[in-house]
Amino acid sequence: MAGTETMVTARDVTKYYGLHRAVDRISFDLHSGEVLGFLGPNGAGKTTTMKMLTCFLAPTAGSIKVKGHDVSEEPLRVRQMMGYLPENAPLYPDMTVMGFLRFCAEVRGITGRERDLRVGRSAEQCGIADRMRDPIGILSKGLRQRVGLAQAILPDPEILILDEPTSGLDPNQIVEIRGIVRELGRTKTVILSTHILSEVELTCRRAIIVNQGRIVADAPLEELRGQLREERRRYLFAVGAGSSGVVPGEAEVRERLRAM
Amino acid sequence: MRTTWVIGKREFAAYFGSPLAYVVTSIFLFLLGLFFFFGVFHQDVGWPFYVRKVASLDNLFNGSQLLFLFLVPAITMRLFAEERRSGTLELLTTLPVRDIEVVLGKYFAAFAYLLVVLALTAVYPIYVATLGRLDWGAVAAGYVGLALVGLGYLAIGVFASSLTQHQVVAFVVALVVALPFFFLHKVSFLFGPGVGNVLEFLAFRPHFDGIARGVLDSSHILYFLGVAAIFVFLAHRLVGGRRWR
Ligand SMILES: Nc1ncnc2c1ncn2[C@@H]1O[C@H](COP(=O)(O)OP(=O)(O)O)[C@@H](O)[C@H]1O
Ligand SMILES: [Mg+2]
Repeated sequence: MAGTETMVTARDVTKYYGLHRAVDRISFDLHSGEVLGFLGPNGAGKTTTMKMLTCFLAPTAGSIKVKGHDVSEEPLRVRQMMGYLPENAPLYPDMTVMGFLRFCAEVRGITGRERDLRVGRSAEQCGIADRMRDPIGILSKGLRQRVGLAQAILPDPEILILDEPTSGLDPNQIVEIRGIVRELGRTKTVILSTHILSEVELTCRRAIIVNQGRIVADAPLEELRGQLREERRRYLFAVGAGSSGVVPGEAEVRERLRAM
Repeated sequence: MRTTWVIGKREFAAYFGSPLAYVVTSIFLFLLGLFFFFGVFHQDVGWPFYVRKVASLDNLFNGSQLLFLFLVPAITMRLFAEERRSGTLELLTTLPVRDIEVVLGKYFAAFAYLLVVLALTAVYPIYVATLGRLDWGAVAAGYVGLALVGLGYLAIGVFASSLTQHQVVAFVVALVVALPFFFLHKVSFLFGPGVGNVLEFLAFRPHFDGIARGVLDSSHILYFLGVAAIFVFLAHRLVGGRRWR
Protein backbone atom coordinates (compact mmCIF):
# COMPACT_ATOMS: atom_id res chain seq x y z
CA MET A 1 0.00 0.00 0.00
CA ALA A 2 2.72 2.46 1.00
CA GLY A 3 4.20 4.19 -2.01
CA THR A 4 7.84 4.82 -2.56
CA GLU A 5 7.78 8.60 -2.56
CA THR A 6 9.32 10.03 0.59
CA MET A 7 6.95 12.54 2.13
CA VAL A 8 8.77 13.44 5.34
CA THR A 9 12.45 13.16 6.18
CA ALA A 10 13.39 13.94 9.76
CA ARG A 11 17.08 13.86 10.67
CA ASP A 12 18.39 14.18 14.22
CA VAL A 13 15.60 16.56 15.14
CA THR A 14 16.15 18.04 18.58
CA LYS A 15 14.10 20.58 20.49
CA TYR A 16 15.03 22.32 23.69
CA TYR A 17 12.61 24.39 25.75
CA GLY A 18 15.16 26.47 27.58
CA LEU A 19 17.39 23.82 29.11
CA HIS A 20 14.77 21.09 28.93
CA ARG A 21 15.26 18.68 26.04
CA ALA A 22 11.77 17.74 24.85
CA VAL A 23 12.83 15.99 21.63
CA ASP A 24 16.16 14.26 21.33
CA ARG A 25 17.70 13.41 17.94
CA ILE A 26 14.63 11.93 16.30
CA SER A 27 15.07 10.56 12.79
CA PHE A 28 12.53 8.86 10.58
CA ASP A 29 11.24 8.70 7.01
CA LEU A 30 7.62 8.69 6.06
CA HIS A 31 6.53 7.39 2.66
CA SER A 32 3.39 8.27 0.79
CA GLY A 33 0.36 6.27 1.82
CA GLU A 34 1.80 5.33 5.20
CA VAL A 35 -0.28 5.67 8.34
CA LEU A 36 2.18 6.27 11.13
CA GLY A 37 1.32 6.15 14.79
CA PHE A 38 3.45 8.23 17.15
CA LEU A 39 3.02 6.39 20.39
CA GLY A 40 4.32 7.43 23.78
CA PRO A 41 3.37 8.46 27.30
CA ASN A 42 2.49 12.03 28.22
CA GLY A 43 5.50 14.30 28.00
CA ALA A 44 7.30 12.04 25.54
CA GLY A 45 7.63 14.84 23.01
CA LYS A 46 4.88 13.88 20.57
CA THR A 47 3.18 17.26 20.47
CA THR A 48 6.50 19.06 20.19
CA THR A 49 7.38 16.89 17.21
CA MET A 50 4.02 17.63 15.54
CA LYS A 51 4.56 21.34 16.10
CA MET A 52 7.92 21.17 14.39
CA LEU A 53 6.50 19.19 11.47
CA THR A 54 3.89 21.90 10.94
CA CYS A 55 6.44 24.72 11.23
CA PHE A 56 4.91 26.11 14.40
CA LEU A 57 8.16 25.60 16.27
CA ALA A 58 11.61 25.53 14.77
CA PRO A 59 13.85 22.59 15.71
CA THR A 60 16.79 23.56 17.90
CA ALA A 61 18.92 21.24 15.79
CA GLY A 62 18.46 18.79 12.96
CA SER A 63 16.34 19.09 9.87
CA ILE A 64 12.86 18.23 8.71
CA LYS A 65 12.05 18.12 5.03
CA VAL A 66 8.60 17.63 3.58
CA LYS A 67 8.83 16.44 -0.02
CA GLY A 68 12.26 18.01 -0.12
CA HIS A 69 11.17 21.36 1.31
CA ASP A 70 12.84 22.35 4.56
CA VAL A 71 10.38 23.42 7.27
CA SER A 72 12.59 26.32 8.35
CA GLU A 73 13.23 27.63 4.86
CA GLU A 74 9.90 27.13 3.11
CA PRO A 75 7.28 26.99 5.86
CA LEU A 76 4.49 28.23 3.59
CA ARG A 77 5.17 25.60 0.94
CA VAL A 78 5.27 22.90 3.61
CA ARG A 79 2.04 24.02 5.26
CA GLN A 80 0.25 24.06 1.94
CA MET A 81 0.80 20.32 1.73
CA MET A 82 -0.45 19.65 5.24
CA GLY A 83 -3.65 19.39 7.15
CA TYR A 84 -3.13 19.68 10.89
CA LEU A 85 -5.32 18.93 13.85
CA PRO A 86 -3.55 20.39 16.90
CA GLU A 87 -3.91 18.74 20.30
CA ASN A 88 -7.34 19.42 21.86
CA ALA A 89 -8.66 20.82 18.56
CA PRO A 90 -8.48 24.55 19.33
CA LEU A 91 -11.29 26.32 17.45
CA TYR A 92 -13.05 29.68 17.51
CA PRO A 93 -16.07 29.13 19.80
CA ASP A 94 -17.99 32.15 18.53
CA MET A 95 -18.00 30.96 14.91
CA THR A 96 -20.47 28.55 13.41
CA VAL A 97 -19.14 25.30 12.00
CA MET A 98 -19.90 26.55 8.52
CA GLY A 99 -18.30 29.94 9.13
CA PHE A 100 -15.19 28.34 10.55
CA LEU A 101 -14.71 25.84 7.73
CA ARG A 102 -15.29 28.55 5.14
CA PHE A 103 -12.74 30.73 6.90
CA CYS A 104 -10.13 27.97 6.84
CA ALA A 105 -10.82 27.37 3.15
CA GLU A 106 -10.51 31.06 2.29
CA VAL A 107 -7.28 31.47 4.20
CA ARG A 108 -5.94 28.72 1.97
CA GLY A 109 -7.14 30.56 -1.09
CA ILE A 110 -10.08 28.27 -1.79
CA THR A 111 -13.06 30.47 -2.66
CA GLY A 112 -16.46 30.55 -4.29
CA ARG A 113 -18.13 27.32 -5.34
CA GLU A 114 -14.98 25.32 -4.85
CA ARG A 115 -14.99 26.46 -1.22
CA ASP A 116 -18.60 25.44 -0.63
CA LEU A 117 -18.01 22.13 -2.35
CA ARG A 118 -15.04 21.26 -0.17
CA VAL A 119 -16.64 22.50 3.03
CA GLY A 120 -19.66 20.33 2.29
CA ARG A 121 -17.58 17.31 1.40
CA SER A 122 -15.29 17.41 4.43
CA ALA A 123 -18.21 18.08 6.78
CA GLU A 124 -20.00 15.08 5.27
CA GLN A 125 -16.91 12.94 5.70
CA CYS A 126 -16.57 13.91 9.36
CA GLY A 127 -20.26 13.54 10.09
CA ILE A 128 -21.02 17.15 10.98
CA ALA A 129 -23.07 18.12 7.94
CA ASP A 130 -26.17 18.54 10.11
CA ARG A 131 -24.41 20.84 12.61
CA MET A 132 -23.20 23.46 10.17
CA ARG A 133 -25.21 26.33 11.65
CA ASP A 134 -24.32 25.61 15.29
CA PRO A 135 -21.80 27.84 17.05
CA ILE A 136 -18.71 25.75 17.77
CA GLY A 137 -18.84 26.81 21.43
CA ILE A 138 -21.97 24.76 22.11
CA LEU A 139 -20.66 21.53 20.54
CA SER A 140 -19.52 18.51 22.54
CA LYS A 141 -15.82 17.65 22.66
CA GLY A 142 -16.37 14.85 20.16
CA LEU A 143 -18.09 17.12 17.68
CA ARG A 144 -15.42 19.78 18.08
CA GLN A 145 -12.80 17.16 17.33
CA ARG A 146 -14.68 16.37 14.14
CA VAL A 147 -14.79 20.02 13.18
CA GLY A 148 -11.03 20.15 13.70
CA LEU A 149 -10.66 17.05 11.56
CA ALA A 150 -12.90 18.50 8.85
CA GLN A 151 -10.71 21.60 8.84
CA ALA A 152 -7.60 19.44 8.45
CA ILE A 153 -8.88 17.42 5.49
CA LEU A 154 -10.64 20.30 3.78
CA PRO A 155 -7.77 21.30 1.47
CA ASP A 156 -7.33 17.65 0.48
CA PRO A 157 -3.76 17.75 1.82
CA GLU A 158 -1.11 15.22 0.93
CA ILE A 159 -0.16 14.79 4.56
CA LEU A 160 -2.43 14.74 7.58
CA ILE A 161 -1.04 15.39 11.03
CA LEU A 162 -3.36 14.54 13.90
CA ASP A 163 -2.26 15.17 17.47
CA GLU A 164 -4.16 12.93 19.88
CA PRO A 165 -7.36 12.97 17.84
CA THR A 166 -9.27 10.89 20.40
CA SER A 167 -7.96 12.12 23.73
CA GLY A 168 -10.64 13.29 26.13
CA LEU A 169 -13.49 11.69 24.21
CA ASP A 170 -15.99 9.16 25.49
CA PRO A 171 -15.84 5.57 24.16
CA ASN A 172 -18.50 6.05 21.49
CA GLN A 173 -16.86 9.18 20.18
CA ILE A 174 -13.50 7.42 20.14
CA VAL A 175 -14.87 4.63 17.98
CA GLU A 176 -16.36 7.16 15.58
CA ILE A 177 -13.22 9.25 15.25
CA ARG A 178 -11.09 6.14 14.77
CA GLY A 179 -13.43 5.06 11.99
CA ILE A 180 -12.97 8.39 10.24
CA VAL A 181 -9.20 8.26 10.66
CA ARG A 182 -9.04 4.71 9.30
CA GLU A 183 -11.07 5.82 6.31
CA LEU A 184 -8.73 8.76 5.70
CA GLY A 185 -5.74 6.44 5.99
CA ARG A 186 -6.85 4.59 2.86
CA THR A 187 -6.02 7.53 0.64
CA LYS A 188 -3.65 9.77 2.58
CA THR A 189 -0.33 9.87 4.31
CA VAL A 190 -1.13 10.24 7.98
CA ILE A 191 0.85 10.88 11.16
CA LEU A 192 -1.16 10.41 14.29
CA SER A 193 0.02 10.79 17.86
CA THR A 194 -1.46 9.01 20.83
CA HIS A 195 -0.63 7.63 24.24
CA ILE A 196 -3.01 4.70 23.77
CA LEU A 197 -1.58 1.50 22.36
CA SER A 198 -4.85 0.14 21.03
CA GLU A 199 -5.37 3.32 19.07
CA VAL A 200 -2.25 2.63 17.06
CA GLU A 201 -3.29 -0.98 16.68
CA LEU A 202 -6.66 -0.03 15.30
CA THR A 203 -5.70 2.78 12.98
CA CYS A 204 -2.06 2.59 11.96
CA ARG A 205 0.17 0.42 9.86
CA ARG A 206 3.42 1.53 11.39
CA ALA A 207 4.31 2.73 14.85
CA ILE A 208 7.09 4.84 16.25
CA ILE A 209 7.30 4.53 20.00
CA VAL A 210 8.80 7.55 21.74
CA ASN A 211 9.82 8.04 25.31
CA GLN A 212 11.52 11.03 26.93
CA GLY A 213 12.07 12.60 23.54
CA ARG A 214 13.71 9.57 21.96
CA ILE A 215 12.56 6.95 19.51
CA VAL A 216 12.64 3.57 21.25
CA ALA A 217 11.00 1.52 18.51
CA ASP A 218 10.04 2.00 14.87
CA ALA A 219 8.30 -0.97 13.33
CA PRO A 220 5.44 -2.03 11.08
CA LEU A 221 2.38 -2.81 13.11
CA GLU A 222 2.36 -6.49 12.17
CA GLU A 223 5.60 -6.90 14.09
CA LEU A 224 4.29 -5.08 17.10
CA ARG A 225 1.04 -6.93 16.87
CA GLY A 226 2.89 -10.23 16.63
CA GLN A 227 4.72 -9.45 19.84
CA LEU A 228 1.50 -8.54 21.54
CA ARG A 229 -0.28 -11.64 20.33
CA GLU A 230 2.58 -13.71 21.63
CA GLU A 231 2.31 -12.13 25.03
CA ARG A 232 -1.39 -12.77 25.16
CA ARG A 233 -0.97 -16.40 24.20
CA ARG A 234 1.56 -16.92 26.91
CA TYR A 235 -0.74 -15.21 29.34
CA LEU A 236 -3.69 -17.38 28.37
CA PHE A 237 -1.61 -20.50 28.60
CA ALA A 238 -0.55 -19.45 32.05
CA VAL A 239 -4.11 -19.05 33.24
CA GLY A 240 -5.17 -22.22 31.46
CA ALA A 241 -7.64 -20.59 29.14
CA GLY A 242 -6.86 -22.93 26.27
CA SER A 243 -9.32 -25.55 27.56
CA SER A 244 -8.72 -28.01 24.75
CA GLY A 245 -5.02 -27.46 24.91
CA VAL A 246 -5.28 -25.53 21.66
CA VAL A 247 -4.15 -21.94 21.69
CA PRO A 248 -7.21 -19.82 20.98
CA GLY A 249 -7.26 -17.59 17.90
CA GLU A 250 -6.67 -13.89 18.12
CA ALA A 251 -10.36 -13.05 17.92
CA GLU A 252 -11.12 -15.40 20.74
CA VAL A 253 -8.30 -13.96 22.83
CA ARG A 254 -9.64 -10.51 22.30
CA GLU A 255 -13.07 -11.72 23.28
CA ARG A 256 -11.79 -13.34 26.42
CA LEU A 257 -9.66 -10.38 27.36
CA ARG A 258 -12.62 -8.10 26.91
CA ALA A 259 -14.72 -10.34 29.11
CA MET A 260 -12.15 -10.25 31.89
CA MET B 1 -2.95 40.63 0.83
CA ARG B 2 -5.96 38.42 0.19
CA THR B 3 -5.16 36.40 3.30
CA THR B 4 -4.92 39.61 5.32
CA TRP B 5 -8.40 40.48 4.10
CA VAL B 6 -9.82 37.05 5.01
CA ILE B 7 -8.31 37.16 8.50
CA GLY B 8 -9.36 40.77 8.99
CA LYS B 9 -12.92 40.01 7.95
CA ARG B 10 -13.23 37.23 10.51
CA GLU B 11 -11.74 39.37 13.24
CA PHE B 12 -14.00 42.31 12.42
CA ALA B 13 -17.08 40.09 12.51
CA ALA B 14 -15.94 38.72 15.89
CA TYR B 15 -16.38 42.20 17.41
CA PHE B 16 -20.06 42.12 16.68
CA GLY B 17 -20.45 38.77 18.41
CA SER B 18 -18.66 40.01 21.51
CA PRO B 19 -20.70 41.42 24.42
CA LEU B 20 -17.53 43.07 25.72
CA ALA B 21 -17.21 45.16 22.56
CA TYR B 22 -20.76 46.43 22.99
CA VAL B 23 -20.21 47.26 26.64
CA VAL B 24 -16.92 49.05 26.00
CA THR B 25 -18.35 50.97 23.05
CA SER B 26 -21.39 52.03 25.06
CA ILE B 27 -19.24 53.27 27.93
CA PHE B 28 -17.05 55.16 25.48
CA LEU B 29 -20.02 56.85 23.85
CA PHE B 30 -21.58 57.67 27.20
CA LEU B 31 -18.43 59.23 28.63
CA LEU B 32 -17.81 61.04 25.38
CA GLY B 33 -21.31 62.49 25.68
CA LEU B 34 -20.43 63.81 29.13
CA PHE B 35 -17.23 65.34 27.80
CA PHE B 36 -19.07 66.86 24.91
CA PHE B 37 -21.82 68.56 26.88
CA PHE B 38 -20.10 69.34 30.13
CA GLY B 39 -16.45 69.33 29.20
CA VAL B 40 -13.90 69.01 31.93
CA PHE B 41 -12.42 72.04 33.54
CA HIS B 42 -9.03 71.37 32.26
CA GLN B 43 -7.03 73.14 29.66
CA ASP B 44 -6.87 70.17 27.35
CA VAL B 45 -10.47 69.17 27.46
CA GLY B 46 -12.15 72.52 27.38
CA TRP B 47 -15.11 74.28 28.84
CA PRO B 48 -18.66 73.02 28.91
CA PHE B 49 -20.41 73.17 25.62
CA TYR B 50 -23.23 75.34 26.98
CA VAL B 51 -20.81 77.85 28.49
CA ARG B 52 -18.75 78.33 25.36
CA LYS B 53 -21.71 78.72 23.03
CA VAL B 54 -19.43 78.15 20.07
CA ALA B 55 -20.22 75.72 17.31
CA SER B 56 -17.08 73.72 17.93
CA LEU B 57 -16.21 70.08 18.34
CA ASP B 58 -13.11 70.65 20.46
CA ASN B 59 -14.65 68.82 23.39
CA LEU B 60 -15.42 65.85 21.18
CA PHE B 61 -11.92 65.57 19.79
CA ASN B 62 -10.24 66.20 23.14
CA GLY B 63 -12.46 63.76 24.97
CA SER B 64 -12.00 61.09 22.30
CA GLN B 65 -8.25 61.19 22.61
CA LEU B 66 -8.39 60.79 26.36
CA LEU B 67 -10.92 57.98 26.13
CA PHE B 68 -8.91 56.23 23.39
CA LEU B 69 -6.38 55.42 26.12
CA PHE B 70 -8.95 52.98 27.50
CA LEU B 71 -11.09 52.21 24.48
CA VAL B 72 -8.24 51.11 22.23
CA PRO B 73 -6.60 48.65 24.65
CA ALA B 74 -10.06 47.17 25.26
CA ILE B 75 -10.49 46.72 21.52
CA THR B 76 -7.07 45.18 20.95
CA MET B 77 -6.43 43.17 24.12
CA ARG B 78 -8.24 40.13 22.76
CA LEU B 79 -6.53 39.93 19.39
CA PHE B 80 -3.54 37.72 20.17
CA ALA B 81 -3.87 37.04 23.89
CA GLU B 82 -7.11 35.14 23.43
CA GLU B 83 -5.70 33.08 20.56
CA ARG B 84 -2.66 32.21 22.62
CA ARG B 85 -4.77 31.19 25.58
CA SER B 86 -7.16 29.00 23.61
CA GLY B 87 -4.50 27.56 21.31
CA THR B 88 -6.12 28.81 18.11
CA LEU B 89 -2.97 30.78 17.32
CA GLU B 90 -1.38 27.44 16.54
CA LEU B 91 -4.25 26.50 14.26
CA LEU B 92 -4.14 29.86 12.50
CA THR B 93 -0.39 30.14 12.06
CA THR B 94 0.00 26.57 10.81
CA LEU B 95 -2.30 27.37 7.92
CA PRO B 96 -0.30 28.57 4.93
CA VAL B 97 -0.21 32.22 6.05
CA ARG B 98 2.59 34.63 6.79
CA ASP B 99 2.80 35.97 10.32
CA ILE B 100 2.64 39.52 8.99
CA GLU B 101 -0.65 38.73 7.26
CA VAL B 102 -2.08 37.58 10.57
CA VAL B 103 -0.83 40.69 12.38
CA LEU B 104 -2.05 43.11 9.71
CA GLY B 105 -5.40 41.34 9.38
CA LYS B 106 -6.05 41.78 13.08
CA TYR B 107 -4.72 45.33 13.11
CA PHE B 108 -6.92 46.44 10.23
CA ALA B 109 -9.94 44.71 11.77
CA ALA B 110 -9.42 46.65 15.01
CA PHE B 111 -9.04 49.85 13.00
CA ALA B 112 -12.23 49.15 11.09
CA TYR B 113 -14.04 48.62 14.38
CA LEU B 114 -12.65 51.90 15.74
CA LEU B 115 -13.93 53.64 12.60
CA VAL B 116 -17.39 52.21 13.30
CA VAL B 117 -17.24 53.65 16.81
CA LEU B 118 -16.11 57.01 15.42
CA ALA B 119 -18.94 56.92 12.89
CA LEU B 120 -21.36 56.64 15.82
CA THR B 121 -20.02 59.92 17.20
CA ALA B 122 -21.23 61.67 14.04
CA VAL B 123 -24.40 62.56 15.95
CA TYR B 124 -22.43 65.35 17.65
CA PRO B 125 -21.35 67.28 14.55
CA ILE B 126 -24.87 66.86 13.18
CA TYR B 127 -26.30 68.18 16.42
CA VAL B 128 -23.87 71.12 16.51
CA ALA B 129 -24.67 71.93 12.89
CA THR B 130 -28.30 72.46 13.87
CA LEU B 131 -27.21 75.11 16.40
CA GLY B 132 -24.87 77.22 14.34
CA ARG B 133 -22.56 77.35 11.40
CA LEU B 134 -20.21 74.43 11.55
CA ASP B 135 -16.96 74.35 9.62
CA TRP B 136 -17.25 70.91 8.02
CA GLY B 137 -13.69 71.09 6.78
CA ALA B 138 -12.46 71.36 10.36
CA VAL B 139 -14.72 68.47 11.36
CA ALA B 140 -13.28 66.29 8.63
CA ALA B 141 -9.72 67.25 9.56
CA GLY B 142 -10.45 66.45 13.21
CA TYR B 143 -11.77 63.02 12.32
CA VAL B 144 -8.77 62.29 10.11
CA GLY B 145 -6.61 63.26 13.08
CA LEU B 146 -8.57 60.99 15.40
CA ALA B 147 -8.26 58.09 12.98
CA LEU B 148 -4.49 58.58 12.84
CA VAL B 149 -4.23 58.81 16.63
CA GLY B 150 -6.28 55.62 16.68
CA LEU B 151 -3.87 53.90 14.29
CA GLY B 152 -1.02 54.73 16.67
CA TYR B 153 -2.74 53.48 19.81
CA LEU B 154 -4.11 50.41 18.03
CA ALA B 155 -0.63 49.36 16.95
CA ILE B 156 0.51 49.68 20.57
CA GLY B 157 -2.49 47.56 21.59
CA VAL B 158 -1.76 44.85 19.03
CA PHE B 159 1.84 44.77 20.22
CA ALA B 160 0.72 44.43 23.86
CA SER B 161 -1.69 41.66 22.98
CA SER B 162 1.00 39.69 21.18
CA LEU B 163 3.10 39.65 24.37
CA THR B 164 0.84 37.56 26.56
CA GLN B 165 -1.98 35.12 26.84
CA HIS B 166 -3.78 37.22 29.45
CA GLN B 167 -6.12 39.87 28.14
CA VAL B 168 -5.89 41.91 31.33
CA VAL B 169 -2.11 42.05 31.02
CA ALA B 170 -2.48 43.07 27.39
CA PHE B 171 -4.85 45.87 28.41
CA VAL B 172 -2.57 47.20 31.13
CA VAL B 173 0.58 47.02 29.00
CA ALA B 174 -1.18 48.80 26.15
CA LEU B 175 -2.34 51.54 28.50
CA VAL B 176 1.08 51.97 30.10
CA VAL B 177 2.91 52.08 26.76
CA ALA B 178 0.33 54.49 25.33
CA LEU B 179 0.45 56.92 28.26
CA PRO B 180 3.74 58.67 27.37
CA PHE B 181 2.43 59.31 23.88
CA PHE B 182 -0.60 60.92 25.50
CA PHE B 183 1.11 63.37 27.83
CA LEU B 184 4.81 63.81 27.00
CA HIS B 185 4.22 67.19 25.35
CA LYS B 186 2.85 68.47 28.68
CA VAL B 187 6.03 67.75 30.58
CA SER B 188 8.42 68.83 27.84
CA PHE B 189 8.86 72.21 29.52
CA LEU B 190 10.54 70.46 32.44
CA PHE B 191 13.48 69.61 30.25
CA GLY B 192 15.83 71.70 28.22
CA PRO B 193 14.96 72.72 24.70
CA GLY B 194 16.74 69.69 23.24
CA VAL B 195 15.03 66.93 25.20
CA GLY B 196 11.89 69.01 25.40
CA ASN B 197 11.61 69.16 21.63
CA VAL B 198 12.08 65.43 21.36
CA LEU B 199 9.32 64.83 23.89
CA GLU B 200 7.12 67.28 22.07
CA PHE B 201 7.79 65.42 18.87
CA LEU B 202 7.06 62.01 20.43
CA ALA B 203 3.65 62.96 21.82
CA PHE B 204 0.57 62.37 19.69
CA ARG B 205 -1.15 65.61 20.61
CA PRO B 206 0.97 68.17 18.75
CA HIS B 207 0.70 66.06 15.59
CA PHE B 208 -3.05 65.76 16.02
CA ASP B 209 -3.31 69.52 16.43
CA GLY B 210 -1.31 70.01 13.26
CA ILE B 211 -3.68 67.80 11.31
CA ALA B 212 -6.82 69.19 12.97
CA ARG B 213 -5.82 72.73 12.04
CA GLY B 214 -6.18 71.53 8.50
CA VAL B 215 -2.57 72.18 7.64
CA LEU B 216 -1.89 69.46 5.13
CA ASP B 217 1.53 68.68 6.45
CA SER B 218 2.49 65.14 5.55
CA SER B 219 5.08 64.97 8.33
CA HIS B 220 2.29 64.61 10.93
CA ILE B 221 0.69 61.81 8.95
CA LEU B 222 4.05 60.12 8.48
CA TYR B 223 4.67 60.41 12.21
CA PHE B 224 1.56 58.38 13.05
CA LEU B 225 2.24 55.84 10.32
CA GLY B 226 5.80 55.52 11.62
CA VAL B 227 4.69 54.85 15.20
CA ALA B 228 2.17 52.34 13.88
CA ALA B 229 4.78 50.60 11.73
CA ILE B 230 7.19 50.25 14.65
CA PHE B 231 4.66 48.57 16.93
CA VAL B 232 3.20 46.40 14.19
CA PHE B 233 6.72 45.27 13.41
CA LEU B 234 7.34 44.45 17.08
CA ALA B 235 4.09 42.50 17.22
CA HIS B 236 5.14 40.60 14.13
CA ARG B 237 8.44 39.68 15.73
CA LEU B 238 6.69 38.49 18.88
CA VAL B 239 4.16 36.37 17.00
CA GLY B 240 6.88 34.76 14.90
CA GLY B 241 9.35 34.67 17.77
CA ARG B 242 8.15 31.33 19.14
CA ARG B 243 10.10 29.68 16.31
CA TRP B 244 13.41 30.84 17.61
CA ARG B 245 12.90 30.24 21.28
N1 LIG C 1 6.00 25.38 25.72
C1 LIG C 1 6.75 24.58 26.51
N2 LIG C 1 7.67 25.11 27.34
C2 LIG C 1 8.43 24.32 28.12
N3 LIG C 1 8.34 22.98 28.16
C3 LIG C 1 7.45 22.39 27.36
C4 LIG C 1 6.60 23.16 26.50
N4 LIG C 1 5.80 22.31 25.83
C5 LIG C 1 6.14 21.07 26.24
N5 LIG C 1 7.12 21.11 27.16
C6 LIG C 1 7.76 19.94 27.81
O1 LIG C 1 8.34 19.17 26.79
C7 LIG C 1 8.11 17.79 27.02
C8 LIG C 1 7.38 17.19 25.84
O2 LIG C 1 6.07 17.72 25.78
P1 LIG C 1 5.04 17.33 24.64
O3 LIG C 1 5.70 17.44 23.34
O4 LIG C 1 3.83 18.13 24.87
O5 LIG C 1 4.76 15.79 24.98
P2 LIG C 1 3.55 14.85 24.57
O6 LIG C 1 2.76 15.52 23.51
O7 LIG C 1 4.20 13.59 24.13
O8 LIG C 1 2.72 14.65 25.81
C9 LIG C 1 7.34 17.70 28.33
O9 LIG C 1 8.27 17.42 29.34
C10 LIG C 1 6.75 19.06 28.50
O10 LIG C 1 6.63 19.37 29.86
MG1 LIG D 1 0.76 15.95 23.47
